[in-house]
Amino acid sequence: MCLAIPGEIIEIPPDRPALATVEVSGVRRAVNIGLLEGEGLAAGDWILIHVGFALSRIDEDEARATLRLLEGLGDAFDDEIDALRESRIG
Amino acid sequence: MRFVDEYRDAGKARALAASIAALCEPGRSYTFMEVCGGHTHTIYKHGLEDYLPECVTLVHGPGCPVCVIPMGRVDDAIHLASRPEVIMTSFGDMMRVPGGRGSFLDAKAAGADIRMVYSPLDALRIAEREPGRQVVFMGIGFETTAPSTAMTVLRAEAAGIRNFSVFCNHVTILPAIKAILDSPDLRLDGFIGPGHVSTVIGCEPYRFIARDYGRPLVVAGFEPLDLLQSIHMLLVQLAEGRADVENQYGRVVPWHGNAKALDVIGATMEPRPYFEWRGLGFISHSALRLRDAYAGFDAERVFDVPGGRVADPKACQCGEVLKGVLKPWECKVFGTACTPETPIGTCMVSSEGACAAYYNFGRFTRERVREATR
Repeated sequence: MCLAIPGEIIEIPPDRPALATVEVSGVRRAVNIGLLEGEGLAAGDWILIHVGFALSRIDEDEARATLRLLEGLGDAFDDEIDALRESRIG
Repeated sequence: MRFVDEYRDAGKARALAASIAALCEPGRSYTFMEVCGGHTHTIYKHGLEDYLPECVTLVHGPGCPVCVIPMGRVDDAIHLASRPEVIMTSFGDMMRVPGGRGSFLDAKAAGADIRMVYSPLDALRIAEREPGRQVVFMGIGFETTAPSTAMTVLRAEAAGIRNFSVFCNHVTILPAIKAILDSPDLRLDGFIGPGHVSTVIGCEPYRFIARDYGRPLVVAGFEPLDLLQSIHMLLVQLAEGRADVENQYGRVVPWHGNAKALDVIGATMEPRPYFEWRGLGFISHSALRLRDAYAGFDAERVFDVPGGRVADPKACQCGEVLKGVLKPWECKVFGTACTPETPIGTCMVSSEGACAAYYNFGRFTRERVREATR
């Protein structure tokens, strides 16, 4: 549950700047980036995501490294991706 | 992909292990607690104890949010979920956590409307779509998760959504660490600090551990090499006679944390006078509740909650495991009466619980080897 997963920002809609489209392991979902306001986030940046919110900005190398680790966790990571897939934050 | 290779490189791990062994003074033993359940998971998954010299022992701390929820709070949540107008929403991890009278899964089978959500924002969306029902979100987690609940309450207020409330069980890590330091059961030489909690609170709040208790703490990442490097950093401090707070996970954790996240927690929540932790008992100012200004979003004030206290099952030794006094396999019911399929204690439920992590990866650690060959 405390699992935080890295994702890449694909788009930040100008009309809803707190809600970014983020890609995690091929899954695209809306993620709330309101906790990182003022950090000048843009498409291509990587963020650490926890229960639908971005908590921290990370660099791409770190993001990929963490993803590899999490993919190695097997079920726990798959459950987190499945849960993210079910999310319908709007 | 340079980072991946570096953080997974077995050669580097062995080199780091050799350097760790060289730092250990002959005849001295070292006990470090990894506070975070995510670290416990990495340690068992990758068998990191096998890389460490015999004089270094890792003990597992209370940083598993599901594991520390007392049974009485689960019963209270089920009481709320059993009201016909209520839709209880919860992270999946909570579903199998046993209370005194069963788990969310049992209550759901008995007819309660309990739904798993990925995010509190998903719970809020259900409230928007079903205005005739009362949607309660089971808020659990440390400072990593509390900002998300706080942001959702603020959003509910801004959007005028009145059929949404939080059953708030958010806990804070520092009072638990202090309780462990004050406990006579355990002598620790240092702490591996939680990575994701620290993205929110930063590194400065751990200062009292070094200053008042003379113990070093290193905030650590979740790669195997992150943890080995953190142990190395702890040993360097001890070898130099220092006790400082250091940040091994600087590429993710800003030293001062996330100010906005702390602001939204502070705006919507305040410390409870005390809160019961499974295994650790009642700890002052160790949990959060909604402020009076948000009473309309506080399930404990919107509804009648019994607030009963339920003693843990006698056979279960989760308390000792959460304090690091017992290793998972030393519990009397580990792997026999208590398994991930039929958990008695919370440590066997969550994938971050020490018992579940050990059960699932079942590594033949040096302790087990010693026991088996005794």
